Amino acid sequence: MLPFFQWCYDTWIGVTIRESTWLFPLIEAFHLVGLGLTAGTVLTVDLRLFGVGLSRQSAAQLWASVQPWFLGSVSLMFVTGILLFMSEAIKCYYSFAFWIKMASLLLAIVFAFTIRRHVVRAGPMSGSWRQGRLTALASLVLWFGVAWGGRWIGFS
Amino acid sequence: MTPLDFFAWLAETQWSVDLHESEIAYSIIESVHVWTLCVFFGLMIMVDLRLLGWTMRKVPVSEFVDRVLPWAVAGFVIMVISGTLLVLAIPLRSYQNLFFRGKMILLVVAGLNAWIFHSRIYPKIVGWDADGVPPKVMRRAGGVSLALWIAIVFCGRMIAYNWFDCDRQPQAAIVNFLTSCVPMPSEF
Repeated sequence: MLPFFQWCYDTWIGVTIRESTWLFPLIEAFHLVGLGLTAGTVLTVDLRLFGVGLSRQSAAQLWASVQPWFLGSVSLMFVTGILLFMSEAIKCYYSFAFWIKMASLLLAIVFAFTIRRHVVRAGPMSGSWRQGRLTALASLVLWFGVAWGGRWIGFS
Repeated sequence: MTPLDFFAWLAETQWSVDLHESEIAYSIIESVHVWTLCVFFGLMIMVDLRLLGWTMRKVPVSEFVDRVLPWAVAGFVIMVISGTLLVLAIPLRSYQNLFFRGKMILLVVAGLNAWIFHSRIYPKIVGWDADGVPPKVMRRAGGVSLALWIAIVFCGRMIAYNWFDCDRQPQAAIVNFLTSCVPMPSEF
């Protein structure tokens, strides 16, 4: 996989960002705003599943309302994240935190569109209280793992 | 004692030295700061988007304030604690950092905005609590809050970069003025 990382690193996009003083920090800041928005949409629904957040609407209704914001912010994170990655692909290849982040990201996204989606749709009637809480907990742990890995790429 | 003296004194304390030298402690505090950013900033964005009428229009604003805002406040408390520790680890540089100063000023403005919201605007909620799109004065409060918090996150991220640091001279006179930096004669 190293040749692919090397190729990303050598693209004009990677080179331009790497050689600029302002581009990397600026893209990072947008990445952080995307992180906040993603976290806000996920937390709104997960707190509901826990039974401690908004309570008048079902998790399914809340998820339907925030989904456009979730998809938008995740897209923003992907675009900015790929740009950041291209500028330091070689460092990422050798970074343990990067691989942890990619693994948790994959799991978080698969989880969001499979088990969590199922539990959110099923609602409080069919799913047990405990099922909702476990799902919310797993979702939060996975997303927090993504954020943690992201922060630690910078430390390595 | 000038503020500069205070931060210089802070940098000499054992707590500050220990934090500064412990890579693991500093990294963990940074992670906590980012995690609670997700909780505080994330939920704050949702509250602001609701005030703007841009999402969850069927949820009354009061429900957001009662059941979501407390979580944001809890996140904010941990952000302030972890942020203070981060400053404690690097006191002088933080104090003279252009973006740190910008961030602190914006935090005060965001605090004022929140105070005006809770004391003047929110008490009149009765008439419009369930409105999908709240009245203009509410939307303005939400929009101002959203813009401020985004700007605060931007400034926070930029603190890490040393473009305008005092030990990097020459800097424009305005930069040295804004960071209360007095360059050594040899640096001119």
